[in-house]
Amino acid sequence: MSYSPEFLLESYRTMKTIRLFEERVIKEFEAGNIPGFVHAYDGQEAVAVGVCMNLTDKDVIGSTHRGHGHCIAKGCDVVGMMKEIMGKAGGLCKGKGGSMHIADFDKGMLGANAIVGGGPPLCNGAALSAKTLGTKDVAVSFSGDGSSNQGTVAEALNLAVVLKLPHVFMFENNGYGEGTGADYAVGSGDVAGRAGAYGMPSAKMDGIDFFAVYEATREAVERARRGEGPTALEADVVRFDGHFIGDPQLYRAKGEIKQLRADRDCLKHFRARVTGEGWLSDAQLDEIDESVTALVEKAAAEGLAAPQPDISELYTDVYISY
Amino acid sequence: MNNPQQVVTPPQSGTSSIKTMREAINEALHQEMERDPTVIVMGEEVSGGAGCQGQDDAYGGVFGLTKGLMPKFGRERVIDTPISESAIIGAAAGAANTGLRPVAELMFFDFIGVCFDQIFNQAAKFRYMFGGKARTPMVIRGTVGAGLRAGAQHSSMLHPVVVHTPGLKVVIPSNAYDAKGLLIAAIRDDDPVIFLEHKLLYDTKCEVPDEPYVIPFGEAAFTREGSDATIVAIGAMVPRANAVADKLAQEGIHVDVIDPRTLAPLDDEAIIESVEVSGRLVIVDEAHERCSLAADISSIVAEKAFHALRAPIRKVTAPHTPVPFSPVLEDAYMPSEDRIEQAVRDVLGA
Repeated sequence: MSYSPEFLLESYRTMKTIRLFEERVIKEFEAGNIPGFVHAYDGQEAVAVGVCMNLTDKDVIGSTHRGHGHCIAKGCDVVGMMKEIMGKAGGLCKGKGGSMHIADFDKGMLGANAIVGGGPPLCNGAALSAKTLGTKDVAVSFSGDGSSNQGTVAEALNLAVVLKLPHVFMFENNGYGEGTGADYAVGSGDVAGRAGAYGMPSAKMDGIDFFAVYEATREAVERARRGEGPTALEADVVRFDGHFIGDPQLYRAKGEIKQLRADRDCLKHFRARVTGEGWLSDAQLDEIDESVTALVEKAAAEGLAAPQPDISELYTDVYISY
Repeated sequence: MNNPQQVVTPPQSGTSSIKTMREAINEALHQEMERDPTVIVMGEEVSGGAGCQGQDDAYGGVFGLTKGLMPKFGRERVIDTPISESAIIGAAAGAANTGLRPVAELMFFDFIGVCFDQIFNQAAKFRYMFGGKARTPMVIRGTVGAGLRAGAQHSSMLHPVVVHTPGLKVVIPSNAYDAKGLLIAAIRDDDPVIFLEHKLLYDTKCEVPDEPYVIPFGEAAFTREGSDATIVAIGAMVPRANAVADKLAQEGIHVDVIDPRTLAPLDDEAIIESVEVSGRLVIVDEAHERCSLAADISSIVAEKAFHALRAPIRKVTAPHTPVPFSPVLEDAYMPSEDRIEQAVRDVLGA
């Protein structure tokens, strides 16, 4: 398989944007500039980007509480995201959603979702729209190993098969449902295999390998566009941070995170692969690093400088009419 | 209150006929699916017979409300689902976000217990959480109420649960005419609408226009008029309140009977205007008393029309118990005409 330089550069830029964005969010959270609960996506970038590089703006995704990476990969504006996460006016959702509820329908981003297992049933609906309206668009639900234990997801898997919906279920298995190990909580230890039990084709891949995710998703998305129904994918990924920012992570083994950052960093993996293959040079990637650094700096500065929402916003947007 | 414009009367033009509420709802669904190709109907046995060897459209919904839709509009738009309420409501909400107008049937509204997250955490909150960008034009239909000996898990009146939830509109018709106009309004509405059908009303009849029409939300109907007292009644309690009003009228006691028709939005102005004149209020609500619409309306009137009250407000509700199965117990559970009449006499005598 060969990839164009444009494709590779865009993929790297998006992954790097997620990484630096999350590192900045962590910094701003620790500085007290971000209210509430925040769940960082760094470490899982290859999944969000590997999936979304297969999608158009008309395809839709549903996301999770750990959703910043999915938003960025689907094309959401990072300045608007940073304002949203800071709860400021001008945020993508006017500061009324926050980290766990960012959405941008214009980009096909149907929403982060703070309910584990909340998104897959909704993505069935988006897939049903595509099927009913004959658009050939697809829906991708991102959810985690934890969500695979939810009844909503079981129901969604079955309905997707029954109605042959163009829906790709991407399960990001980062080894933890909050502070409980997937090895313990996923009874069979086999998330993709569960989908198979509902009659859905499935595949597993190493989620730190951008190319593995991209290719598996490509096949699933093409299958969905051909009207052949849903696919479940399980990506084995790593969680660099806690369940939430500030999580002391006492449940993790000593040295585990350090080891993961050294051995299982998808960005390092990507750089080694594309330079090793001679597809891109280090200089090209370094240049992207610089411009992404500047972009994230701008997002943080604009987020910090943005005004608070007007109190009148408390009362708007409950209904379209009432 | 004498407000003839708000009395339920069929429109003067066009043909009409006597229809049951079941027929009126079925007709509304047919007409809206005909009018708008993005309207779909989904739920358990909304057609029936999928994957079976016998007849298609064998059920048309367990109460026959969706009968005939599948033969006319096909299985692509009239979707039999597995018994998976979260999947049904989630798919309806996601489809509403992306270009369809789903009418999802929850069969018995008691089943919100297994899909409530998709209703109150998802569909109801999208518009607000996402800063005004989401549109979720969906209708969730379900039967409510006691009286069919259906037992505790198929007989609840759970409207207070959804009325309490910002982002949802809640409709509960008391007659066939309102049911048709309100359902058409619900399907055309751009917000999520909970449409509650009392199972005791499905076979009640009245004159219903043949053509489509819309009854706007937030406009109560005065089903009886009189200035001696005000009865607010909800759903299947409206015919009972009407019967009480008719009986009292023979004694020269004339009461307003107000049917809010939609509980969110609620036409509290109509209630207050009536109480300003009558000074006496009875609220009949088949929900349990605590946090019921009866309690809600009572508090609204106490706050906004306290000066007009000439007697304590009386609430006639179900007791704080699950719905019993035994017909004797179930009949005692539901607000009866006798209890309503006694409550009116109490406020008149106070």
